[in-house]
Amino acid sequence: MPLTPASRHLRRWACVLPLLVLVAGACSPGHYPQTSLRPLSDFARIGDDIQNNTLYWATGVFVLVEGALLYAIFRFRGRPDDPEPRQVHGNTVIEIIWTVIPALILAAIAVPTVRGIFQTNAIPTGDVLRVDVVGHQWWWEFRYPTLNLTTANELHIPVGQTVSLHLGSADVVHSFWPPRFAGKRDVFPNRETRLWFKAEQAGEYPGQCAEFCGIQHGRMAFRVRAQSPAEFQTWVAHMQTLGVKPAPAAAAPAKDSVHTASAGARVQSAPQTSAPTGPQSTAQAAPTDPAYAAGEKLFAAKGCVGCHSLTAVNAPKGMVGPNLANVGARTYIAAGTLKNTDENLAHWIRDPQGIKKGVLMPNLGVTADEARSLVAFLRAHQ
Amino acid sequence: MTDTAHAGHLETATGLDNRKLAIWTFIGSECLFFATLISNYLVHKETWLTGPGPFPHDAWTSPAGKVFEPIIEIPLVTLGTALLLFSSLFVVLALANAQRGNRKGLLLWLGLTLLCGVFFVGMQVYEFTHFVHKGLTLKTNLFGGSFFVLTGFHGTHVTIGVIWLFTLWIEAFRGKIPPAKSLNLEIAALYWHFVDVVWVVIFPVVYLIK
Amino acid sequence: MATTALDQQRAHAATGHEPTGLWSWITTVDHKRIGILYGATAFTFFLMGGIEALLLRIQLGTPNNTFLSPETYNELFTMHGTTMIFLAIMPLSAAFFNFIIPLQIGARDVAFPRLNAFSYWVFLLGGLFLNASWLFGAAPDTGWFGYANLTSKQYSPGLHVDFWMLGLQTLGVASLAAAVNFFTTVLNMRAPGMKLMRMPIFTWMSFITQVLLLLAFPVITVALILLMFDRFFGTNFYVPSAGGDPLLWQHLFWIFGHPEVYILILPAFGIVSEILPVFARKPLFGYAAMVFSGIFIAFLGFGVWAHHMFATGMGPIADTYFSLATMLIAIPTGVKIFNWLGTVWGGSIQYKTPVYFALGFVAMFIIGGLSGVMHGSPPADLQQTDTYFVVAHFHYVMFGGSIFGLTAGAYYWWPKMFGRVLDEGLGKLHFWLMLIGFNLTFFPMHILGLNGMPRRVYTYPEGLGFEELNLLETVAAFVLAASFAVFLYNIIKTWRGPRNAPADPWNAATLEWAIPSPPQEWNFAEIPVVHGRDPLWEAKRERGGPLPEPPRVSGAGIHLPNPSYWPLVTALGLSAMMSGLMLIHHLGPWGIIAGGAILLFGVFNWAFEPAG
Repeated sequence: MPLTPASRHLRRWACVLPLLVLVAGACSPGHYPQTSLRPLSDFARIGDDIQNNTLYWATGVFVLVEGALLYAIFRFRGRPDDPEPRQVHGNTVIEIIWTVIPALILAAIAVPTVRGIFQTNAIPTGDVLRVDVVGHQWWWEFRYPTLNLTTANELHIPVGQTVSLHLGSADVVHSFWPPRFAGKRDVFPNRETRLWFKAEQAGEYPGQCAEFCGIQHGRMAFRVRAQSPAEFQTWVAHMQTLGVKPAPAAAAPAKDSVHTASAGARVQSAPQTSAPTGPQSTAQAAPTDPAYAAGEKLFAAKGCVGCHSLTAVNAPKGMVGPNLANVGARTYIAAGTLKNTDENLAHWIRDPQGIKKGVLMPNLGVTADEARSLVAFLRAHQ
Repeated sequence: MTDTAHAGHLETATGLDNRKLAIWTFIGSECLFFATLISNYLVHKETWLTGPGPFPHDAWTSPAGKVFEPIIEIPLVTLGTALLLFSSLFVVLALANAQRGNRKGLLLWLGLTLLCGVFFVGMQVYEFTHFVHKGLTLKTNLFGGSFFVLTGFHGTHVTIGVIWLFTLWIEAFRGKIPPAKSLNLEIAALYWHFVDVVWVVIFPVVYLIK
Repeated sequence: MATTALDQQRAHAATGHEPTGLWSWITTVDHKRIGILYGATAFTFFLMGGIEALLLRIQLGTPNNTFLSPETYNELFTMHGTTMIFLAIMPLSAAFFNFIIPLQIGARDVAFPRLNAFSYWVFLLGGLFLNASWLFGAAPDTGWFGYANLTSKQYSPGLHVDFWMLGLQTLGVASLAAAVNFFTTVLNMRAPGMKLMRMPIFTWMSFITQVLLLLAFPVITVALILLMFDRFFGTNFYVPSAGGDPLLWQHLFWIFGHPEVYILILPAFGIVSEILPVFARKPLFGYAAMVFSGIFIAFLGFGVWAHHMFATGMGPIADTYFSLATMLIAIPTGVKIFNWLGTVWGGSIQYKTPVYFALGFVAMFIIGGLSGVMHGSPPADLQQTDTYFVVAHFHYVMFGGSIFGLTAGAYYWWPKMFGRVLDEGLGKLHFWLMLIGFNLTFFPMHILGLNGMPRRVYTYPEGLGFEELNLLETVAAFVLAASFAVFLYNIIKTWRGPRNAPADPWNAATLEWAIPSPPQEWNFAEIPVVHGRDPLWEAKRERGGPLPEPPRVSGAGIHLPNPSYWPLVTALGLSAMMSGLMLIHHLGPWGIIAGGAILLFGVFNWAFEPAG
C-alpha cells in the first residue's frame, strides 16, 4: 500500500520524536540530581522565587524585543533600487518611553531582590544546628561542635531544623555548594563565612566545590544526607560511639586528646582495646576477620594514620586527609570520585594518583593483598 | 623629541599640543595606579598589628622579649618632602626662564630641581637601608611589604623624573632648549609636579596618620 | 645596512611610492599597517584560543573522559580565557582602532605613530611570552582570573603563574600606551569641523574604551605587582597565614575586570552602530542617546565590580548596592538595543554580509544582556555564579556580542583595508554556520548551569544528567569552528582575486569611504572639512548621486612620519626585563638590568631620533 503524504509526514516525525523526547528530557530539572531548580529548603526557595520572577520578566522582554527585531528584519527588506527611506534621526518621546519602561521592570525585579538579600543574610537564631564546614584541597570536612563529631564528604543534617554553617578553608579559596538547599558560599582561609538553610525533605543529594581550587577542583564533591530528626539522632548516637575510648580508659576524659598530633596512634589502639567488651559498632565487632587485623596493622605501617583520623568524636583538627571514622558507610569515596565499593576502595588505596592525579594522598606501593586487608579494615568503619 | 603626526594640519582640534594632552592623559591613569597602591597600604593597616613588628607608629615587643621602637623618622622625611615641594617651584621657575630664553636661569633652576630630586632619592635609599638594619624588610610583615612597595614605586617615579630632567639639563646646557622648544621641559615639569603631588598624599598617609 | 634601508624608505615616502618588504613592516609607523599587524596577529591568537576551546569541548563531550589530563585541562581553560580576552578580542578591536579611527576623523595618522608601533610590538611580544609557557610545559593554570591564594608560591610552584602574571603585565603596558595614544588622537586629530558630537559612533565608542583602559589597567597592574612581590620577594599581601587577604585580589581584579568587560564590548557596539545605518540606509536612531548611554555604561562599569563576588558573603548592604548598580546598567544597555531597532525600523535593509552579522549581534546580545540581569540579583546569583549558566551568559556577550560585532566589522571594512570585497555567498554561509553553531554550543549551557554543572571542572561524573547536552555542545562547537574555516577560505579565495574594490562599496556615510580602497599612505591628500554627522551622505545628497571614484595621487610633498625601529628595540628591552624578572632566582638582577639597559637605549634613541 502506497504511503499517503500524511503518513509519510508521520514517519518523518517518528524519526524526530525520540530526539525531541531526549531534548525535552535533557531540559527538565528532574533529569539532574544536582539541579538548583528544585529547591528543598527555605533558603533555596528565596533565590528560586527571585530567579523565577526575573526569568518571567526576562522571557517577556526577550519575546517582545526579539520579535520586534525579527519583524523588522523581514518587514524592512530593501532592494538596491528602492527609494531612500525616510531619514529619521530619533524621537524623544519614544526614547524616553524605552528608557522608563525598562527602569520600571528593573524596579519590579529589584524590590524582591533587596528583600531576598536581607532574608538570606539574616543570622538564624533559635533551634539551630551548627556545622563547621572546612574546605580542603580536594575534600570537605564537616564538624558538629555541639555534638563533638567530625566527618568528611557527607553532610548529615536533620530535616526541619535550621542548620547554620560556619565555613572556612584549610588552604585555598573554595566554594561550598549544595544546590538543592542553598546557593554557593565561598570559603576562605582565615575568614569565616556563613550560610544557613532548613531542609524540607529527606534524601541524599549531591553538591560540589564551585570555586576553582587547583588541579582536582573537578573532583571535590560531597553529599548532603537529609534525615528525619529520629534518623539523624540515631546517626548522631552511632557516630558518638566511634572512637570513644572503651570503659577501662573512659576514666580519662576524652577531651584530653582533642588536639594531640598523634591522633592516629590513639585511634589505632582504640579498636584493639575495645574489642572484647566494647558496646560498639562494627568497627569493634570486626577483629574476628583476619583481614581486618592485617588491615589495621597496615593502616599504621603504611602511614595512613598520619593523615586520616578514625575517630568521629573529638577528632583532631587540621588533618590533611578526610576523617574515616564512618568511611565504610559512605556512598562515595575520594570526594565523589568513585562509588564506595570494595573494588573501588581497593583500587583507590593502591593508585590514588592514577585516579585523582595531584591528590595529596601518595601512591604507597600497596599490594593487592594489602589493599584487600585495608578494605576489610575500612569497610568495618561504618 | 617630537613624535607627532600633525602633518596635514598643525592645529590640533583642542588647541593643546598632542604631547601635553598625552602627558595629562598618562597622569590621569597614574592617579589610579597610586590610588590602588595607597589603598593597598590602608587595607593592611589594621591587620598588620597582629603580625611581627616593627611598626610605623607603635612599639612592639617580640615573644622573645625584644622591643622594637616605632620605626619611622618624621624629621628627615619632612625635610625630603619640603625639598620635593620646593623643587616643584624651582621647575616652574626653570620653565619660565626657558620660555624667556634665559639659558642661565634655566640651568640654575633646573639644576636646583635636580638637586632636590637627588636628595629625595638619596633620603629614601638611606631610609630603606636604615629600616632593613632595624629589622624591617619586605618579608617582615604587611607593613614592610606595603611600605616598601608604595614608597618604592613612588621613588622609582622620582628617579625616572630625575633622569628625564637631567637629560633636559644637558640639552639646555648644549643650548638645545630654545623658547620654541620649551614644551619639552613643560611636559617633564608636569610629570614632576604629579610625582610631587602624589607624595603630598603618601606622606601623611604613611608618616603622619596613626 | 639598517640605516640605508631606512633612508630608502624615507626617499620612497617623499616620492609617493609605498615601501614594501619585511623591513618596511618592522619599521612601519603607519597606523594602517599597524592595524593590519594587530588584526593578523590577533586573528592568529583567536584561532589558537579556538583550538584550545575545541580541546576543552572534546574533553567535556563525555563523562569521566580522560582525553585531557586535569592539569592540561586547567592550562587550556586558563589560556583559552586569557588568550581570547587579551590576545584576541582586545587586539582585534585595536586593529579597528588603528585602521579606522584616523580615517574616520580625517587624520593622516595617530597622534604618536612610533608609540603606536611600540604598542603593537609589546602586544606581540607579550602574547608570545604567554604562549612560550607551552614550550616550557608551564602554561598558566589558575584561570584567567587567577584567584589568590591559589596563585601563591605555596599552592602554585613552578613557572605557570609567573608566565601569566608577567605576560599580563606586559600586555597591560601595550594597552596603556595605546590608550594614551588613541585618547589623544581622537581629541586632537579630528579634521576641521568634526565636533565631538559629529564623530562617527565607532570612534565615540572606541574613545570611551580608551578611557576605560586608562582607568582600569593601572588597578590590575598594581594587583599583579603585589602578586609578583608575593611570589618573588616574599611579601604576604595575599597570604592569609601571614595576615594577608585573598579577597583583596578579588576586589582589585574585578575593579579592573568589570570595566574590562566593557572594554571588550564597546568597540563592537560602535561597529554595529556604524553598520546598521549604512545598510538600513537611515541615520543612526538617537545618536546622542547612543553616545551618552555608552558613557553611562562606562561610568557605571566602575561601580559594579563586586557583583562578581556575591558568593563571598559581603553582607546585605554591599550586596544591595552592587545589585542595584548592576541592574542600572541594563537601562543604558536597553537604550542601545532599542536604538538599533529604531535604526533598522522603517529602513530599506540591504542584506549584505556585514548587516547579517550586525543583526546577529543584536539578537544574541539581547540574550546575554537578559541573563546578565538575572545574575544581578544576589539570592539568585548564589545559584548561578560559577556554573555553566555564567559561561553561557558571557559567551553570549563576548562571542554573540564582541565576536559577532568584530566579524561584522571585518566584512564591512575588508574592502577598505585590502581593496577586495569578501565573497558574499561564503560570507553568508559563514554567518549561518556561526549562528547555528554558536547557539547550539552555548544555549544548552544555560540549562546545564541551572541544573548544577559548575564551571572549570575538567570532567563530571556519570549520573548527574550532564551527558546529553555536553555531547551536543561538543558537536556544535565543531560547527562553530567550521564557520571560521569558511571565513579563512573566503579570505584566501578573495586574496587570489583582483584588488578592485571601489572606494565606497556600501554607500556609507563616514569619511573613510571618501578615499581609495585601500587608502594611500597619507590617507587624505587634502584634509577634509566636516559639516555634519554623516559627511559622505551629505556630499552625495548635495551632488544628487554617488561620488566619483577618488583618484590615486602621487602624494609628493605630503609630510609623513619617518619609519623607525626604536619602538621595536624598546619593546624588546621591556620583554627582556620581564623575562629577567621571571628568571631572577637564576640570573639575579642581571637579566632585569640587561633588559632595562636595552629599554633605556631604545627610549633615548627614540627620543632623539628625528621623527620627521
